Amino acid sequence: MASGTLVIGEATEDGKLNPVVPELIGIGSRLGGPVTVALLGSGVEGQAQEAGVFGASKVIVVDDAILKDYQGDAYVPIAERIAKEVEPAVILMGQTMMGRDLAPRLAQRLGTAVAMDCVNFEMQGDKLVAERPCYGGSARARYTINGTPQIATVRAKAQEPAERDDSRKAELVKQPAGVGEGDVRTRIVERRKEKAEGVRLEDAKVVVSGGRGLGGPEGFKPLEELADVLGGAVGASRAVCDLGWYPVANQVGLTGKVVTPDLYIAVGISGASQHMAGISSVKNIVAINKDPDASIFKSSRWAVVGDWKEIVSAFTEKARQLKTSG
Amino acid sequence: MPHIICLAKQVPDPETPASQFRVDEAARKVLPAPGIQPVPSQFDTIGVEAALRIKDKQPDTVITVLSLGPDSFRDTIKHCLAMGADEGVHINDPAVNAADHWQTAEVLAAAIKKLEPFDLIIAGRQAVDWDMGIVGSTIAEILGIPVITIAKDIQHNDGRVTVERVLLDGFETVEAPTPAVVTVSNELGEPRYPQLRQIMMAAKKEVKPWTLGEIGISAPEKRITLEALFVPETKVETEFIDGDTPQEKGEKLATRLREAKLI
Repeated sequence: MASGTLVIGEATEDGKLNPVVPELIGIGSRLGGPVTVALLGSGVEGQAQEAGVFGASKVIVVDDAILKDYQGDAYVPIAERIAKEVEPAVILMGQTMMGRDLAPRLAQRLGTAVAMDCVNFEMQGDKLVAERPCYGGSARARYTINGTPQIATVRAKAQEPAERDDSRKAELVKQPAGVGEGDVRTRIVERRKEKAEGVRLEDAKVVVSGGRGLGGPEGFKPLEELADVLGGAVGASRAVCDLGWYPVANQVGLTGKVVTPDLYIAVGISGASQHMAGISSVKNIVAINKDPDASIFKSSRWAVVGDWKEIVSAFTEKARQLKTSG
Repeated sequence: MPHIICLAKQVPDPETPASQFRVDEAARKVLPAPGIQPVPSQFDTIGVEAALRIKDKQPDTVITVLSLGPDSFRDTIKHCLAMGADEGVHINDPAVNAADHWQTAEVLAAAIKKLEPFDLIIAGRQAVDWDMGIVGSTIAEILGIPVITIAKDIQHNDGRVTVERVLLDGFETVEAPTPAVVTVSNELGEPRYPQLRQIMMAAKKEVKPWTLGEIGISAPEKRITLEALFVPETKVETEFIDGDTPQEKGEKLATRLREAKLI
């Protein structure tokens, strides 16, 4: 009889438990029943009890060099094996590089379905109702999955993380990968890190973003200066990343990064729904654009119409003054 | 003779202005905005572009566009043919016109088997209506072939595909033996736009209409149920910062944000 939640967990590049994992444990705890975390990776064993501290009753650790860089052919059979062993009612993972790739393949192997990039959940009887944005963020859809287990990937920061309680300990189980080089049909030839400029977008409390209205890549210099004054990060619309004006790692949008700063300043960005999907839960949006009819103004708390260069220059100076005067 | 199958579907235009984007909550469908034509899903045309770049290097490559949907999807197939794809297959069967992702994947996989041999299946990373990102990977699992997702570059040589993938903070190059599925992302670049001559030539290219009976399968089981579809309420009171000059507006903005304790 399927019960409880299985969280497929992962670590970040710097070896810490991915912050989405406590959020997933929180959802599982609210849904009811035991929460088991499967932690897959290389050099991740030390993070297992972190999951316990957030409320996992059991952590299954699969720590193997073959899991160092995500490859579906290595991760999918392990997740499948654990899912069949744990027999959860619900399986959750983050809408991360791993989750986007792993979840659909796992769903097919288990003969079930998955709702991707979910932002909210509720139980209706024994059915999980998953809510997610669609149509580039213009609409919301609620789904139930007909079979079992019910799988969902969850957008980071869409849900509160579980409470940390250092007195809690999970039962720890180590399992071998059971997957060898010969089982993995793909081969990673090389990896190139393109470090996002400045403060990390995902963590920033303030984001200053530029779009086509900047007129060219040099438009980002004043935005970088402003972000510096405000202690924030710089983002870019997909259009300008495609044009090569700014690194892809700084792209904000449905297929770039979804960000959740307290303040988002959009400069020369028209407000295409693909971009707005990247800031759909931001409460305070400022838009600076020379077009008074730009659709972004409809979602903005503050709207400034005019020449962005002069507006940003004056804004940066005034902000600098206000900050130094305390 | 290399053979690439590109998956393509039609969607309501994502550039539809917010004021004209409407949902019929009872029917759980997006209402077509008057005067705004549906378009090919953007990542799908990027997929055709990827196939055409391979064909540019290996001119004897045959590109088949495969689509599952009602009559109007024919326009999407025609667009892909006008871009340079060679032939189309249109699966049009009322039994699966409202298919979920898994029914779609099963039917497409069965159709792909009838189109064998093939070297690559190229799909968009997600469709721009539902944004799920399911079908490409599911087809790979059904067919038991490798899948590489979120590609910005695809090279095909001698039974291997080499893909540059977009990561969160960089890129990785991944290889796999073919046949394989590759899903593409916008970082691959703009799809070429058909010129008038190519649109006219496309009229002569064959589009085969298939039903489930012709593929040889019955309608697969639905796995997911859409319980509700709605437009979320956005209650934002917009304050337009006024001023005689842009400088004045910029300064006022700083003051207002300081008052709101945001800077």
